[in-house]
Amino acid sequence: MKEFDIRKDGHEEIMVTDCLGERYIGCGMKDGVMHIKGTPGNALASYLDGGTVYVDGNAQDAAADTMNAGLLAIKGSAGDALAYGMRGGRVYVLGDAGYRAGVHMKAYEDKKSILVIGGRAGSFLGEYLAGGIIIVLGLGCEGKSITGYFCGNGMYAGTIYLRTDKVPLNLSDKLIRRNVSDEEKDRILRPIIADYASVFSISAEDCLKGSFIAIEADRSKSYSQLYAAV
Amino acid sequence: MKKEGEVRISSGCAISGIFCRDGRRITGEAIKKSIAVMHNRSNGLGGGFAAYGIYPQYKDYFALHIFYESQAAREETERFLDKRFDIINLSKIPVRQTPKISDAPLIWRYFITPLPHLLQDSQLDEDEYTSRATIRINDSIGGAYVVSCGKDMGVFKAVGYPEDVADFYRIEEYEGYSWTAHGRYPTNTPGWWAGSHPFSLLDLTVVHNGEISSYDANRRAVEMYGYSCNLLTDTEVITYILDYLTRKQGLSLKECSEVIAAPFWTTISIKDEEERKRLSYLRKMFSSFLITGPFSILVGFRGGMMALNDRLKLRSLVAAEKGNTVYFSSEEAAIRVIEEEPDRIWAPRGGEAMIVTLDKEAEL
Amino acid sequence: MRRYRIRKDESCVSCLRCVSECSFGAIEKGKDRTLVFHHDKCTDCQRCVSFCPTGAIYITEDENRFRQNSVFREDDIREILLQAETGGVLLSSMGASGKSVPIYFDKLLLNASQVTNPSIDPLREPMETAVFLGQRPEEVQRDQSGRIVDNLPPHLELRTPIMFSAMSYGAISLNVHKALAAAAEKLGTYWNTGEGGLHESLYPYKENTIVQVASGRFGVHGTYLNTAAAIEIKIGQGAKPGIGGHLTGKKIIGDVSKTRMVPEGLDAISPAPHHDIYSIEDLAQLVMSIKEATHYTKPVIVKAAAVHNIAPIASGIARSGADIISIDGYRGGTGAAPKRIRDNVGIPIELAIAAVDQRLREERIRDRVSIIASGGIRNSSDAVKAIALGADAVSIGTAALCALGCHICASCHTGRCAWGLATQDPKLTERLDPEKGAERLVNLVNAWTREIKEIMGGMGINSIEALRGNRMALRGVDLNAKELEVLGIGYAGE
Repeated sequence: MKEFDIRKDGHEEIMVTDCLGERYIGCGMKDGVMHIKGTPGNALASYLDGGTVYVDGNAQDAAADTMNAGLLAIKGSAGDALAYGMRGGRVYVLGDAGYRAGVHMKAYEDKKSILVIGGRAGSFLGEYLAGGIIIVLGLGCEGKSITGYFCGNGMYAGTIYLRTDKVPLNLSDKLIRRNVSDEEKDRILRPIIADYASVFSISAEDCLKGSFIAIEADRSKSYSQLYAAV
Repeated sequence: MKKEGEVRISSGCAISGIFCRDGRRITGEAIKKSIAVMHNRSNGLGGGFAAYGIYPQYKDYFALHIFYESQAAREETERFLDKRFDIINLSKIPVRQTPKISDAPLIWRYFITPLPHLLQDSQLDEDEYTSRATIRINDSIGGAYVVSCGKDMGVFKAVGYPEDVADFYRIEEYEGYSWTAHGRYPTNTPGWWAGSHPFSLLDLTVVHNGEISSYDANRRAVEMYGYSCNLLTDTEVITYILDYLTRKQGLSLKECSEVIAAPFWTTISIKDEEERKRLSYLRKMFSSFLITGPFSILVGFRGGMMALNDRLKLRSLVAAEKGNTVYFSSEEAAIRVIEEEPDRIWAPRGGEAMIVTLDKEAEL
Repeated sequence: MRRYRIRKDESCVSCLRCVSECSFGAIEKGKDRTLVFHHDKCTDCQRCVSFCPTGAIYITEDENRFRQNSVFREDDIREILLQAETGGVLLSSMGASGKSVPIYFDKLLLNASQVTNPSIDPLREPMETAVFLGQRPEEVQRDQSGRIVDNLPPHLELRTPIMFSAMSYGAISLNVHKALAAAAEKLGTYWNTGEGGLHESLYPYKENTIVQVASGRFGVHGTYLNTAAAIEIKIGQGAKPGIGGHLTGKKIIGDVSKTRMVPEGLDAISPAPHHDIYSIEDLAQLVMSIKEATHYTKPVIVKAAAVHNIAPIASGIARSGADIISIDGYRGGTGAAPKRIRDNVGIPIELAIAAVDQRLREERIRDRVSIIASGGIRNSSDAVKAIALGADAVSIGTAALCALGCHICASCHTGRCAWGLATQDPKLTERLDPEKGAERLVNLVNAWTREIKEIMGGMGINSIEALRGNRMALRGVDLNAKELEVLGIGYAGE
């Protein structure tokens, strides 16, 4: 077996097997492709900066934390605090995401964070969302609620798309919910879903089936109204 | 430097638990392996294990594990116990010396039963009689600390990394149907071993990850009911709250979870009427025991285990099942290391208690 | 005796607005629209200043000072002169002005989360301020099938831990009552009638009204007791513990007479004690008789002044069958009280709450009753500190009046309130629009509630019950060991 230092030597394509809770895998990776087998530990692909990380199983907490660019694709499920403060790139999860997925994701100029969750998401999805797009598909969850409580609380930009016709439980009155038109679906969702489906080799049409709702901040209800200068 | 109990110390942690629903006894090796995976979540200042079903030959007696700082403390405690209990057996707990564990106190084990005439005069049941005696030892005999006092169970803890604590106590030599483990990351050196976890009272043991923000409200409330929080740790106060709610108020563990991790009023308001009334009642009746801030806990009890997250799920918790065995842990990897292919692996929701008990035929 | 000096500058346009606004006769119209100032009548209520269209008026402390003496201060000499002239007991209003008694709230600092647990953004995350006040039974009961039986006695449900203190119709105007009632309804909290009865026009606010039963029993009848969410038995008041009340016959006119059920022009006297309560077991009798009269459907509050032995008194109240104990501290306000009493009797609310909460815990009955703290709550951080010391909720009187215009000139006892609050003169009372007043009260309490949430969020606490009695949230500065011990807190840095 050949040993090399990926920090120094760089790599194009690499396979990491028998992962068991090792933290910080793919942290800050700028380029190349990494395949992971097993269960990688916390802070997987944090600060990811252009590289591509494929995970065969589940990821633990704080994956894609403060990610900047690139792709993290998780074939299983993700733990809590997925993609916290993500600034750009794509995070695709085929299974479920835990609590607080996509908290304070952002968009700036050509950087636009995209998070797609195939299954369902836990409570506080997209809390404080500052930009970018979160899509929850709820595959295999038909008829059930695909988000938890307090979805999108405090978001002030960006959009959460949910493949459901049900309004999330106790949605904040500072948010607006609208039905997604076919035009918007084709223009915005279709290209993202096509890419997502090709990564996991599943049918894009299945992912796009049915109606979507969108959740966005109600700009007329700004929090600054709550303050009075002394 | 102040000892834990004289000063309140915050800590972060790792927890892990294994429960065999069929009553099968497994050695401590698996739990050691599991908690060791989460080495990074501890800082070497505390580790420990709770095990159930380990003393079948003495299962009708209270098993006391006691730390002593001096022979004098031991003598005083033994005089105290001798006056109130029949001591069936006493011995040092066997340990394996390792350079990674130092400053060990004297560690003794007693199997005892209350003296029948004193028990009768006290008008207490044997659990209350024994718990009062142990609270008194911890409260008033300097240098003595009862680590655990339930039946057919025991707590093994020390200052060190959990895997080293396991070696020190030779836990691979014990066999139990239920195991929990704790690795601690205190923000301050605890000064003595009593501050490590699990914390226990009678058959109840608690391991906990997180720091609660309601601590002093909870402590001052539970101390009203005869408990004395000597260690000033979250785990201690959670244990006492659970003991009070289950043993003195007759709540089920599920109801306890609805008190300490009560749903938000907004969540309660969308339940059906009967459930809304029940949950409102528990919240209003026991409002002093609502715990806020992050926690994930594993509660061991005779014949069962409960896993619970705070209502916002501010700490991680993963559950898995394989056949008759149930696993709980702070991280998935800590389960996969001992069970590569579980039948099911999932993350319980915040405030949603997972309770597992022995199958009927396995009951002791 | 002159205390303030009124001045105007050249921007005065002689509109005479100040003349019509001054209810104390301090500014009069002279010849040719000139102004005549009677400085000795000025109370510094700031009404003329607030309404002067050009900002031409200034009220300042009179620069003529008595000769400085470190023992006999100016106020001491003034009071001697006044009493020598009149032979009267000094009458005052609002809260205590004893400057040497510390305001402990200002010496308490709050905690916040850093690293070991997370703080919470209250604007975006759930943050609960709902409080339930009432008794709790000692044990859970179950029916035969094991289901929990609801054995909780009736509770008050507050959306925010801030209520309005008792202020009677007579001491304050009907418009103030209207504003308080409407605000309480909107806020999901409670206002308190005080001891002067409940005007019929306010019956619709029943669900947010607490009616008071004091020693004078004015306007107390079956309908009154049942037109309320709770009944408060007033034993004492922080501004004048041990002292009764005296509403002069001059104010007993029209609806005040009707509501109090006292003939017009006759003085309304509240005896110092309830003459049916000479001992603690008599209190239990009154509590239970009120519960009988209201069919056990409403909680009963017992309000007492914070005096030296308030802790055992509270314990006695808790065992009397009362559901809620309301404690009014040394700095609590009043419409009229002897100055010597106001400034010298009782103890600050901070110490009283700490002592009561601790005593009830030592007696293992803290969970049985709820505690309301009042007497000098000025802002949301005072409220948070009171709750962390052990109160369930706080009650505000003076602060509520301020929201309605009061500038604390402490002249309530004159009945000439220029802001139209502590008066029955119809020309003055119409100065308060009850609807606008209600809106201002709602704004105030909403703002405080938001601030309470901010503070709780910083501490990582998302429900108010986890703050109650959570004394580790507090540290003291500039306090001695005894004060820290009574407050049950550590010193900053400890």
